[in-house]
Amino acid sequence: MTTNRPNVIEVRNLVKKFGDFIANDNLTFDVKQGEIFGFLGANGAGKTTAMKILCGLQAPTSGDIKVAGFDVYHQTNKIKQNIGYMSQRFSLYEDLTVKQNFQFYGGIYGLSGKQIKERTEYFLNKLELSHVANKILKEIPLGWKQKLAFSVAVLHHPKIVFLDEPTGGVDPITRRQFWEMIYEAANEGITVFVTTHYMDEAEYCERVCIMVDGRIEAMDTPSALKNKYEVTSMNEVFIRLARAQSTEQ
Amino acid sequence: MKGFIIKEFLHIFRDLRTMLILFGMPVAQVLLFGFAITNEINHANIAVLDQAKDEISIKITDKILSSGYFDLKAVLNSPDEIEAAFGRGEIKEVVVFEPYFAQKLEKEGRVNIQIITDASDPNTASLLFNYTSGIVRDYSREMMENKQPPLQISIESTMLYNPELKGVFMFVPGTITILLMLVSAMMTSISIAREKELGTMEVLLVSPLKPIQIIVGKVLPYILLSFINASVILILAFTVFGMPINGSLIFLLLESILFIVMALSMGIFISTVSKTQQQAMLLSMFVLMLPTILLSGFIFPIENMPMPLQILSNIMPSRWFIIIVKGIMIKGLGIAYVWKETLILVAMTVFFIGLSVKKFNIRLG
Repeated sequence: MTTNRPNVIEVRNLVKKFGDFIANDNLTFDVKQGEIFGFLGANGAGKTTAMKILCGLQAPTSGDIKVAGFDVYHQTNKIKQNIGYMSQRFSLYEDLTVKQNFQFYGGIYGLSGKQIKERTEYFLNKLELSHVANKILKEIPLGWKQKLAFSVAVLHHPKIVFLDEPTGGVDPITRRQFWEMIYEAANEGITVFVTTHYMDEAEYCERVCIMVDGRIEAMDTPSALKNKYEVTSMNEVFIRLARAQSTEQ
Repeated sequence: MKGFIIKEFLHIFRDLRTMLILFGMPVAQVLLFGFAITNEINHANIAVLDQAKDEISIKITDKILSSGYFDLKAVLNSPDEIEAAFGRGEIKEVVVFEPYFAQKLEKEGRVNIQIITDASDPNTASLLFNYTSGIVRDYSREMMENKQPPLQISIESTMLYNPELKGVFMFVPGTITILLMLVSAMMTSISIAREKELGTMEVLLVSPLKPIQIIVGKVLPYILLSFINASVILILAFTVFGMPINGSLIFLLLESILFIVMALSMGIFISTVSKTQQQAMLLSMFVLMLPTILLSGFIFPIENMPMPLQILSNIMPSRWFIIIVKGIMIKGLGIAYVWKETLILVAMTVFFIGLSVKKFNIRLG
């Protein structure tokens, strides 16, 4: 079913070096529209770097990279208008109220006052969080904040939303709910590019890409990967790959 | 853009600590620096207006100059030049000998020496006067020892700009300077560093906002607040301490805005090199606050500093701003007299804005 959809991210031979250190070693992959694409790997495997390059936060050393049809070297501004981003550290303002956060982020993406109001109401109703609209963010629980942060990231209905380890430090139930939101967004046609090191979350992705030491070690659907390595969970797939890597060295 | 500025104000008003620094500071500083500090005199620049040029007047001049406390910066030829010499800020004191000095002393047994000091810095002025008159009195005692009836050289003091020697005249310009520096530079650097620390800066950079929009959105609220602050101090100085504003108020406010923008650009620069709020705070403290207090001439006269520190004080924007503020408020000077200082501030502003925009543009590493 993924085959008929157009590519929204096209990466060919992406290389990123910091001095002698190679953070991304010749990455090539595509992500299709509406897909939930998981980017897995241990800390320091190069996930975040690759994501920052796709968001236009960093320039690649070499490679052909197109995001939402735009080139990351010269068209970062066009890219920025078409993506949403949620970092591992929340990205909401703790000393503003929920409503004010929505207003601010809606504003910087150029939504009109009316649009912001409608979208805010829509998301708060959906999350059943209307009662905290005027609360300062500091006062509400972490899990709620995370859901709000995701809503803010897709407030302007971007083509692609980048989630950088979005569920760090949250309990499994909230994580589950969080993934329901991700599915909904994908159903609306938003492509979800998510990095994580929780392997159970990898099972929720349509397709995953496992990075080890800056290289792509495997890329496929979770079930295909499990079949290939003859294991029952993504966690075991990951351990296989990481172990193979360390015995090679 | 509008949303951005509103959000920045919300941050400020929600944070009690910020509010305290913003509005508690002026009061605290005005009280603290109300007490002036005494200092020694070394190589103060003076001018001499010798309308007699006879044996005695030349001797007294030599005596004064050989004391080591004074350097002769200018020789004036008529009383009309006094005002201008002070206006240029080159000199702190003028010693005036009346015409026919020696003759008059011989005939009438009594002459006048007038010592005119720039009392916009009251401590220095009274010190200078005491030193000079001490030297003159010594000389007259030596010379007149055996004369009968005793001849008398009387010394007349004229304090220019601040006849009542009010300390407030010195500390108001200094306080305005320090305050604007603190609020503008420290507050912006901290607020930008906070966005970095919390990770929201990343989100802003991923958004379609241009770096320049982010910077302007961050600093505009602080320009407004600093401006209000400066006005509060001026009103306090005027109503409570009776400090005059002899020059143009509009010109003074314009210069203040220039200085605020300069301080803000320094703040932005600091925030680009610091990763956390604490780092930004420490950097502002040591790089901005302490040198501003110590080297700007606010507390310690620049003329008395060791040479290396005097040179260093030249790169303190606050040094130039204090000169401007004093010039406008106390001496009533216009742009014709402070254009050099203004130009220096403009140059510094351009330099820091350029530097920080360049640093800011480099993508988040």
